[in-house]
Amino acid sequence: MAYRNYVLVCGGTGCESSSADQIFKNLINEVDAAGMSDQVQVLKTGCFGFCEQGPIVKILPEQAFYVQVKPEDAKEIIQEHVVKGRRVDRLQYKEENSASGAITDTEGMKFYQKQYRIVLRNCGIIDPEKIDEYIARDGYAALEKVLFDMTPEQVIDELKKSGLRGRGGAGFPTWMKWNFSKQVESDQKYIVCNADEGDPGAYMDRSTLEGDPHSVLEAMAIAGFTCGANQGYIYIRAEYPLAIDRLKIAIKQAKEYGLLGENILGSKFSFDIEIRLGAGAFVCGEETALLASLEGNRGMPIPRPPFPAVKGLWGKPTVINNVETNANIPVIILKGGDWYSKIGTATSKGTKVFALTGKIKNSGLIEVPMGITLREIVYDIGGGIPGGKKFKAAQSGGPSGGVITAEHLDTPIDYENLSKLGSIMGSGGLIVMDEDDCMVDFAKFYLEFTVDESCGKCAPCRIGGKQLFGLLEKVTKGTAVVEDIQKMRDISLAMQKASLCGLGQTAPNPVLSTINNFYDEYMAHINDAKCPSGKCKDLMSYEILSDKCVGCTLCARKCPVNCISGEKQKPHVIDQSKCIKCGECYASCKFKAITLG
Amino acid sequence: MFEKEEAKVKLSTDLKSFIDLWKNKSGNLIMILHRVQQEYGYVPREVALELSKILDVPLAKIYGVVTFYHFFKLTKPGKNQIAVCMGTACYLKGGEDIILEIERLLGLPVNGTTEDGEFSLDAVRCIGCCGLAPVMTINGEVFGKVKKDMLPDIIAKFKGKN
Ligand SMILES: Cc1cc2nc3c(=O)[nH]c(=O)nc-3n(C[C@H](O)[C@H](O)[C@H](O)COP(=O)(O)O)c2cc1C
Ligand code: FES
Repeated sequence: MAYRNYVLVCGGTGCESSSADQIFKNLINEVDAAGMSDQVQVLKTGCFGFCEQGPIVKILPEQAFYVQVKPEDAKEIIQEHVVKGRRVDRLQYKEENSASGAITDTEGMKFYQKQYRIVLRNCGIIDPEKIDEYIARDGYAALEKVLFDMTPEQVIDELKKSGLRGRGGAGFPTWMKWNFSKQVESDQKYIVCNADEGDPGAYMDRSTLEGDPHSVLEAMAIAGFTCGANQGYIYIRAEYPLAIDRLKIAIKQAKEYGLLGENILGSKFSFDIEIRLGAGAFVCGEETALLASLEGNRGMPIPRPPFPAVKGLWGKPTVINNVETNANIPVIILKGGDWYSKIGTATSKGTKVFALTGKIKNSGLIEVPMGITLREIVYDIGGGIPGGKKFKAAQSGGPSGGVITAEHLDTPIDYENLSKLGSIMGSGGLIVMDEDDCMVDFAKFYLEFTVDESCGKCAPCRIGGKQLFGLLEKVTKGTAVVEDIQKMRDISLAMQKASLCGLGQTAPNPVLSTINNFYDEYMAHINDAKCPSGKCKDLMSYEILSDKCVGCTLCARKCPVNCISGEKQKPHVIDQSKCIKCGECYASCKFKAITLG
Repeated sequence: MFEKEEAKVKLSTDLKSFIDLWKNKSGNLIMILHRVQQEYGYVPREVALELSKILDVPLAKIYGVVTFYHFFKLTKPGKNQIAVCMGTACYLKGGEDIILEIERLLGLPVNGTTEDGEFSLDAVRCIGCCGLAPVMTINGEVFGKVKKDMLPDIIAKFKGKN
């Protein structure tokens, strides 16, 4: 039955955490109260991507887009918009910079205009807990097509034509991996979905699983059919409870519908999927470590080859694909590899999902065609940098990646271009930094992460990482010497060449990339003991300007460690030996009497 | 000492039936440890010992796994578990200041538990609400765009509860 209106509430973790659930319940109650439950359907969907302004409520067919909705707004939305047909002006999204801050519907929003949704095709549109809604949007049609109209060779051929490469970081051609596994004779093979998403500051895979879990299940079954596997595992972080719940529901429903389990859709093909939880170890995103963890062991990587596609889980051929890679596959099967290969650049086909965060106006989840420029992402989709600050750099690839500076804003984004710039595509974290962010401190942040996450098995990563971190710490404390830069380069090289797995091999990237692009900034720390962005606390101090201080005592009262003293109406002083540089005094002074130098 | 180690714990029937369900599956250890931690809030030594018997794996292997993964805890966490995100987005937006302030307010270091067992504090990696950075959670409830001066109120909401 068609409804007159569909009221969609974002049910992603971001919005859910800010009371989306209550909003959802209130909306349903209000629709009931208005006696319109047979005409209006209230749905909880996956993430709309526009997380900055959440919680979000969207109303179809008008495409009205309500942002920062509160539970108590439900009544007004239903009474005004749905019953009386008048939009609730105060809640509508208004685009900045556009003429008179005009109200914009979803379709008119700059945030969405340059996006191209394949992976996120159903996110924010269907209710992820209802398999019928997925099916209504061609869900499981690709599986059916593969089972009844295609041979495994044809599936691989279609993937080859599409040019799809792995979205988990390395960009390995997916068809090749499947083909390796298909060619190995074995009584048992496995399909594993890597949903470990370890990059801190990225949530593409989580949103995909929360918003459209069936697309991943369908792709895994297709992989099973193609490679000759009948058991799949989804390895997912324990930190993603909502995604785990939705996956459980999806697997149960798919089994009930005969889309997973024995003799799928009456064919000879059987395939089952189990969920296995990670336990907070970044290295377990690496495929051999992941397999060790799936086997119930400490997640330590082993040297490759043999590659998992040949010898993987419990020694059996295992295809490991990332969540986003998987979500592309049903669409490629239905629309064809040729269609897919028309999107993107010569070497990088299709789209990429990014978690756009940091110093950016519209932080959120976006999907863009390969070949888009960083400028388009930052300024058109992201709305630019808040507070009139200047763009300094963007970082892709998380702890394995590097920075892209302003002079490369117009480079088309694809696998090759990013590695030429000293970064990597990575899994999709895209972090924007402005002039207040210190590049040395940022490199140190990532290195602290990789040192913490190193499994300790190989020396270059275990020892090199620690030494590199120590040197960066010296730089941020102003005690480094110029020669330390060369030391950092040497250690980095050793780690890149000699580490056992990708973690150690790529850990120096944030360091090298910031040294190469922001050499002057390193030098300012080393030679002048200055942090140009004022971030490195050891290199700065707060001072009270005696000619401006009126002795209002506010700062002294605010100071958490009581290190400011002085008589009322007389200039105060800061005891530098006690100061923890928290900045409370600076923030509270009404007379601009406190400086940071 | 040895006697204490031998002391039997009584596992709840729920936990027992979960273990029975998983007992014969390969690679079950991590799943079972998750279930244990869900019940106790951490992995108590007696339970690890019991598991080692039921599953017939050496205690050392269980500890090897528990200590490898950040998620598993060996000590009892506070009644209210505070987790501050130190993912990249939150770090850039001042997650560290939030941690320092909580440490100061509660007089407790990261990974510590207050003496009265009321609060424990962890620094965690991205919880996927980067759009709301900086983010913290208490007992799973998410607080976004946190500012230092909001902290006393947030903490007060939980103090003495549970
Ligand atoms: C340290 C490290 C962490 C990784 N983390 C992830 C991850 O969180 N998610 C992921 O899909 N791939 C991750 N990878 C890449 C995987 O090893 C593997 O290449 C990928 O899952 C293969 O799937 P794809 O071909 O579909 O990209 C990581 C690799 C390394 C070296
Ligand atoms: S970085 Fe904190 S929620 Fe993602």
